[in-house]
Amino acid sequence: MKTLVTVKRVPDPETTIRVKPDGSGIVTDNVKYVINPFDEIAIEEALRIKEKLSGEVILVSIGAKVVTEQLRTGLAMGADRAVLILCEQELDSLAVARVLAKLIENEKPELVLMGKQAIDDDSNQAGQMLAALLGWPQATFASKVELAADQKSVQVTREVDGGLETVGFALPGIITADLRLNEPRYASLPGIMKARKKEIKEVAIADLGADVTPRLKVLKLEPPAKKQAGKKFETVQALVDSLHTEAKVI
Amino acid sequence: MANVLVFAEHHKGKFPKSTLIALQAGKEAASKLGGSCIATVLGSGVDAAANEISGYGASKVIAVDDAALANYLADAYAVTLEQLIKANDVSLLVATSTAVGKDLLPRVAARLGVSMATDVVAINADGTFKRPMYAGNALATVSLDGPVKVISVRGTAFDAAQPGGQAPVEKFSVSLDAAAKQMQFVSFNEIKSDRPQLTEARIVVSGGRGLKSGENFTTYLEPLVDALGAAMGASRAAVDAGFVPNDLQVGQTGKVVAPELYFAVGISGAIQHLAGMKDSKVIVAINKDPEAPIFNVADYGLVADLFKAVPELTEEVKKLKG
Repeated sequence: MKTLVTVKRVPDPETTIRVKPDGSGIVTDNVKYVINPFDEIAIEEALRIKEKLSGEVILVSIGAKVVTEQLRTGLAMGADRAVLILCEQELDSLAVARVLAKLIENEKPELVLMGKQAIDDDSNQAGQMLAALLGWPQATFASKVELAADQKSVQVTREVDGGLETVGFALPGIITADLRLNEPRYASLPGIMKARKKEIKEVAIADLGADVTPRLKVLKLEPPAKKQAGKKFETVQALVDSLHTEAKVI
Repeated sequence: MANVLVFAEHHKGKFPKSTLIALQAGKEAASKLGGSCIATVLGSGVDAAANEISGYGASKVIAVDDAALANYLADAYAVTLEQLIKANDVSLLVATSTAVGKDLLPRVAARLGVSMATDVVAINADGTFKRPMYAGNALATVSLDGPVKVISVRGTAFDAAQPGGQAPVEKFSVSLDAAAKQMQFVSFNEIKSDRPQLTEARIVVSGGRGLKSGENFTTYLEPLVDALGAAMGASRAAVDAGFVPNDLQVGQTGKVVAPELYFAVGISGAIQHLAGMKDSKVIVAINKDPEAPIFNVADYGLVADLFKAVPELTEEVKKLKG
């Protein structure tokens, strides 16, 4: 199985994000960057498929040269090679999907695994858009992926409102990972050593010929409204009295 | 502006509150930006559902009946919405950010060659939208270029449409080729519960890692949940630890709720959890660590061992309810 996994560099989810005073973006000083957590789950799933069925796991990311750091981490987890599409501008989800669609025309993977959403812009769009552009089936929010014995089709269990839904389709297709699909491995020391020698191919975004005109524009950012500090209680009785007589919610 | 199309999601003919929220957002968009608000119901045998939703203030309801639409599948539904948009002079497509809305709308947008805004919390009169980013640590004003704008709205940011009016119901025949029918529905394993839906409940009680096990959710949290007639939620940490199913997760990567009353029990208050509940009207935190960040957003805090405080609280609530 030839599997392509997308990797996005995002601020560490434990970082507190602050908006710049002029609203033009977020403060990036001292922000640590990591692989988007859902993309890590997607990498892990691709590695498990490879370990079971053999094949190849290719990572792809779009961004500046610094993204090499996250791709190297993914290679240390066990991916075979990586492609970095060099791009300095911010892309919206449609542009990302268009660039990935071009790369997929060249790479021809049988399966594309992605995170269900990036935890910076929280858009939750790229996988679905990529599937649309390629005319491929999609299974978002995956919690279980079962490939058929002949590796020609897949059944995916999805985390939806009120339960678990299972859909099936013939490959190629797009699957986006939800939280419970698996628990990603840490890179081992030998893995880190091996990753140093693995290929990260750099491609200039212009060479792919995708239309990356931004159609979603972020005009400004504001910090969220601040909340006033609340009351603290020592006893359950005092809490219940306040909820009943003051807030009148119970 | 041309028309607004609202995707009226239903589950076997029943409309969740989230659909009435999408309809309200669609009506608001039409009144601010111009055009009519059209609602569409997709499925197999949807006459009754289309009639029901026609009584909530849309200018028209379009029913699309096709055996291939019997179960929600992204490929067939996206092609159907694309055809509806082209046939009805639609310039804005609206749905709520439910699991279906999140899965479907980006696929429709990409088919139309346009971008989309996720989790919109405000529709501005100048045609821009507000949406949270970075787990709610930033509120962005965004614009969308192109002939059609596609938005999913956050369920907590708009009211539900109220009954009123009687819109005409039209039928639309969709043409679905093999390329639109690549996906097959296999099964739906419903998580049955007598409790209210997490995103619709007036009161939500969520547990975190502090509960220490799934059994403790049953022993300690559930009696409080039921005494209050509440829905039960959980932090990502509790889901990660396998205490409860992911369906209960409240947060940036789970469900976003804004009930009248929210209890955070044994939840430290990680950024990603706060993103899913900080718009609740009254927030109560119970945690033994007085420094836990959850107290920064709580209106009422109780610094206590939850294993003592929660049973006591349950008894007090029962007394109040008589």
